Amino acid sequence: MLEIEIDGKAVQVPDGCTVMDAATVAGVHIPHFCYHKKLSIAASCRMCLVQVEKAPKPLPACATPVTGGMKVWTQSEAVVKAQRGVMEFLLINHPLDCPICDQGGECQLQDIAVGYGDVQSRYQEEKRVVFNKNFGPLVSSDASRCINCTRCVRFTTEIAGLMELGQANRSEHAEIMTFVERTIDSELSGNLIDLCPVGALTSKPFRFSARSWELSRLRSVSPHDALGTNLIVQTRHDKVKRVLPFENSAVNDCWLSDKDRFSYEALASDARLTQPLIRQGETWQEVGWQEALEFVATHLQGIARERGGDAIGALASPHSTVEELFLLQKLVRGLGSQNVDFRLRQSDFRADPVRAGAPWLGMAVADVDTLDRLLVIGSFLRKDAPLLAQRVRQAVRRNGLQVSAVGPNAEDWLLPVRERALVAPADMVDTLAGIAVALAAKRGEALAEALVEDVAARVGGEPSAAANAIAENLASGEKVALWLGNLAVQHARGAELQVWAQEIARLGGGSFGFIGEAANSVGGYLAGAVPGAQGADAQALIRTPRAAYVLLGAEPALDFADGAATEAALGAAALVVALGAFDAPSIRNVADVMLPITPFSETAGTFVNCEGRVQSFNAVVQPLGNARPGWKVLRVLGNLLEISGFSQETAEAVRDEALGDNISARLDNAVTRVAPARTVVTGLQRVADVPIHFADPLVRHAPSLQKSGDAAAPVARMAQPTLDALGLNSGDRVRVSSGAGQVELTAVVDDGVARGCVRVAAAHPATVALGPLVGELSVERV
Amino acid sequence: MSAHPLILAGLDGDRTWRLQDYVARGGYEALKKIIRDKTPPDEIIAEMKASGLRGRGGAGFPSGLKWSFMPRSFPGDKYLACNSDEGEPGTFKDRDILRYNPHTVIEGMVIAAYAMGCTRGYNYIHGEIFEVYQRFEEALAEARAAGLLGQHILRSDFSFDLFAHHGYGAYICGEETALLESIEGKKGQPRFKPPFPASFGIYGKPTTINNTETFASVPFILSGGGEAFQNLGKPNNGGTKIFSISGHVNRPGNYELNLGTPFSELLALAGGVRGGRKLKAVIPGGSSAPVLPANVIMDCTLDYDAISKAGSMLGSGAVIVMDESTCMVKALERLSYFYHEESCGQCTPCREGTGWLYRIIHRIEHGLGRADDLDLLRSVAGNISGRTICALGDAAAMPVQSFVKHFGDEFAYHVEHKKCLVPPEIQAVGSQIYVSPSC
Repeated sequence: MLEIEIDGKAVQVPDGCTVMDAATVAGVHIPHFCYHKKLSIAASCRMCLVQVEKAPKPLPACATPVTGGMKVWTQSEAVVKAQRGVMEFLLINHPLDCPICDQGGECQLQDIAVGYGDVQSRYQEEKRVVFNKNFGPLVSSDASRCINCTRCVRFTTEIAGLMELGQANRSEHAEIMTFVERTIDSELSGNLIDLCPVGALTSKPFRFSARSWELSRLRSVSPHDALGTNLIVQTRHDKVKRVLPFENSAVNDCWLSDKDRFSYEALASDARLTQPLIRQGETWQEVGWQEALEFVATHLQGIARERGGDAIGALASPHSTVEELFLLQKLVRGLGSQNVDFRLRQSDFRADPVRAGAPWLGMAVADVDTLDRLLVIGSFLRKDAPLLAQRVRQAVRRNGLQVSAVGPNAEDWLLPVRERALVAPADMVDTLAGIAVALAAKRGEALAEALVEDVAARVGGEPSAAANAIAENLASGEKVALWLGNLAVQHARGAELQVWAQEIARLGGGSFGFIGEAANSVGGYLAGAVPGAQGADAQALIRTPRAAYVLLGAEPALDFADGAATEAALGAAALVVALGAFDAPSIRNVADVMLPITPFSETAGTFVNCEGRVQSFNAVVQPLGNARPGWKVLRVLGNLLEISGFSQETAEAVRDEALGDNISARLDNAVTRVAPARTVVTGLQRVADVPIHFADPLVRHAPSLQKSGDAAAPVARMAQPTLDALGLNSGDRVRVSSGAGQVELTAVVDDGVARGCVRVAAAHPATVALGPLVGELSVERV
Repeated sequence: MSAHPLILAGLDGDRTWRLQDYVARGGYEALKKIIRDKTPPDEIIAEMKASGLRGRGGAGFPSGLKWSFMPRSFPGDKYLACNSDEGEPGTFKDRDILRYNPHTVIEGMVIAAYAMGCTRGYNYIHGEIFEVYQRFEEALAEARAAGLLGQHILRSDFSFDLFAHHGYGAYICGEETALLESIEGKKGQPRFKPPFPASFGIYGKPTTINNTETFASVPFILSGGGEAFQNLGKPNNGGTKIFSISGHVNRPGNYELNLGTPFSELLALAGGVRGGRKLKAVIPGGSSAPVLPANVIMDCTLDYDAISKAGSMLGSGAVIVMDESTCMVKALERLSYFYHEESCGQCTPCREGTGWLYRIIHRIEHGLGRADDLDLLRSVAGNISGRTICALGDAAAMPVQSFVKHFGDEFAYHVEHKKCLVPPEIQAVGSQIYVSPSC
């Protein structure tokens, strides 16, 4: 610790900190523009100039390291003169168009100009004009307002991991631009809007729709990925106008991914359900809630009575709240059924009888910073969990974390991957077994007894070179973690992947866990939205069709492991009750009743994130039209069905009943052995990603996100050798067929796909006909 | 006349840039001696300190001291860089050193690398002198072929490789940290210091950067001794210095003089003020140095301390001579335009202020000056100087401050009368294209 003096106040600050850090400790505010605590130091705006004893010139607080006994003045005459001088320079070429600028009212330049600017400018020459750029559908550019602080440039390079912006030209001709004819395509691009201290980068979807001071600020939690990003939702006249990050260093820092930020547009979508609807032959009848719920209760009761509870199945989106999931499973169980599941894209449920608790990340998100080895198994990390990937990226940059990967995909995560086993899905289990064998050998330890037999049968010979390299890498680490991604969870032999990950983690002395697919991937387990021993899981409910289904927040075609089969199973059912926020063709085709429930912005609820953090939130606006919070609808339905335990007054009461006091005791990734499933592969294997802006109904209905690069139509990606073997060229139109059906796509060469595999995105209408996310495909030229 | 050229000595031959010619002049003897005697690096640095050599790029920092800043026990590569990005208006000495005597720079750099334990070096050569860059490349090839550069220099354990790197004409790349960025392939923008290059230079490794002329002085210091070099000049101002004299003189060119030589001698060597006109002002150290009026400069000796005492800087030794036909407003307008265009655009005061300065001066020159413009000029220049990342801000402010200080009446006349104090016909005579009498 060093003792220094700031404005006459003695403060103790840690070694190696800057005057800016010290000022923060001392509670002294130093005006600044280019400085940002999460970015590298530029020291270029010169607004934070301070006076330091014995220094002949004023020094920038952001870049000046503290030395023992230093005396700093931040308010002296010389400092104020220097800062006013800088302020004048910043304003001479600024258009001063605050009345028509979206940044007005929350603009650092405006705020600081109040303290350091003059009433009139001494600059009477012509002002600089900089042409606006096309930065894509999310970020709007007003380049003349730019003060060249380069926060945006540093963000894209350092945080987003891809240099997409730069400052071109010299002198006053300097301007921020993308590479020629490129837009900003980062999945984190919206953060540029928050970072820009002036109105040069503003939100395109929000543009000119409200002034910042008219907006209420309300806290919420992102309903998308499993990180549980903390939000500030800003509303006006009972409408959500925009979404900003709520800083939480343990979860999302001060960042949002674009889907967290811009999915709010879907809340005002025309596709929102606002009135209960009952099917009348080919048409739909708008009805009141009473009538709709009585209809549902009567028919569910009838089916339960006539065909038994087992004829009823409930399938819930993992983006639903804990309260909704809890009441849904309670309702279904009250009807005498155990058939409830929220793991809609999963196809291997063999771990269910042998798992010790609810699968989770296996560690705290904040502890990523302390890891030195990470093995990511079967994940599209960057797009599936953008902010978790960002945290990993920072740990790599700052702390030397080494990341390795196993999977059929090697798309760029914008962070260095030390060792990679690029293997087809069918070879992933063997690869993990190989890593375990190699690691056991390096550690001089024996494999778990239950697995020895499997190894003999499976790995047979030596572990592959890649498996050896990964084992070597893990063995050299002190703090090791393994993460199973969405592709591993959706894998045809996901349970075996979990078993082997557990063994590698044991041998490596580390933790293992699941990145999680959705906002409530952990919460669903805790809420009991999984079948009991007698119940049917999500896959069984589709394979063995039931007479009645209750669908919560999911679209049959897009949110399931096999959209085509789901549509068929639900289409044949006698009764399908669909609770959801959106209307969708694949719901209309199968449902008999559509009940409009509210999305996260219009209900109280709880998400449990991947690390087991319970985060509750309240509604930020009133429900749209006649939509109602899901938990309330289910509670009334429970009452109508005369099932006991549906008398909760508040969402909190439901949550407390669902989660109890101590959820951490219920988080456990441990599994016992799962018998190997022998698979014989003859054709091309499908690698299915769930594109970031198609993963849930909310993002699918957000127009600006749908214009972004991440919402491009699916293609058939194959490595060059795979294309060669098929006699195809990149760019050819091809017919991709599975047992379920066929689609026509464009073949694209992508050496980030394992040989013998075709990567075709799921969750998109264009590929629903292909059926399951996993399995074999054939490809031929059209 | 106290002219004892070291760097420019013996350069009247035909192909003085060839290795053979350099060796015939006694070249590479200093290096050979060091390798033969296995001279300890500390001794070399001590010799450098004794020489009183100060950096010839402009700042005048003692070179021996700079060399001693390099961390001794640093594991891994250390770098050496030669700053031949000679962009300062008025300066053209490094160009001639590299053009006629490139091996002295190579020898100087090899000795420096030996003294500081550097394994790799770059000579960053100004983009506009491409033929000089090519000639330097040839010289490097000669030195490598002769075993004077590369692995196991002169069959010793010492290895050092040197590469030429040419810029693309940005003045800012002559700023040492911008030069490092440029070598790394990035946009040439100065780094904030600290950390200094001695601890965090090229690719984050310890790096020493010296000017071409500084390196060119090293062979003599090592062969003739630091003290002998020191004795050529004045205390604290050792050795000789090349002055690039330009402007209104009869024989513009490079003159190597002992430091401490009176300015009047340099002016006489350059053939005096042309056309026999009266001397008006001199910028003694390149365009960034404050201008000095005739009466002040005529009493000065040419060394760091004397020029500094007179209120300017010896800088790079670029002496710009202006006679009575010069309009000082027009001269300043031209200088300000240069800094306005060459500001790197990184930090606020320089990016915004240099354009403002230029526009005010441009206005005054074109008869659109306002009563408070001189105060505004002083104020804007004051708001730039001392508040920027690198010295370019100061370099842009100093000419303005000094021109207004010494020739304020000319500026005031411009503002008041909307025309120049120096009649146009006299200006026209002074700015005629000049043909040297000796040609």
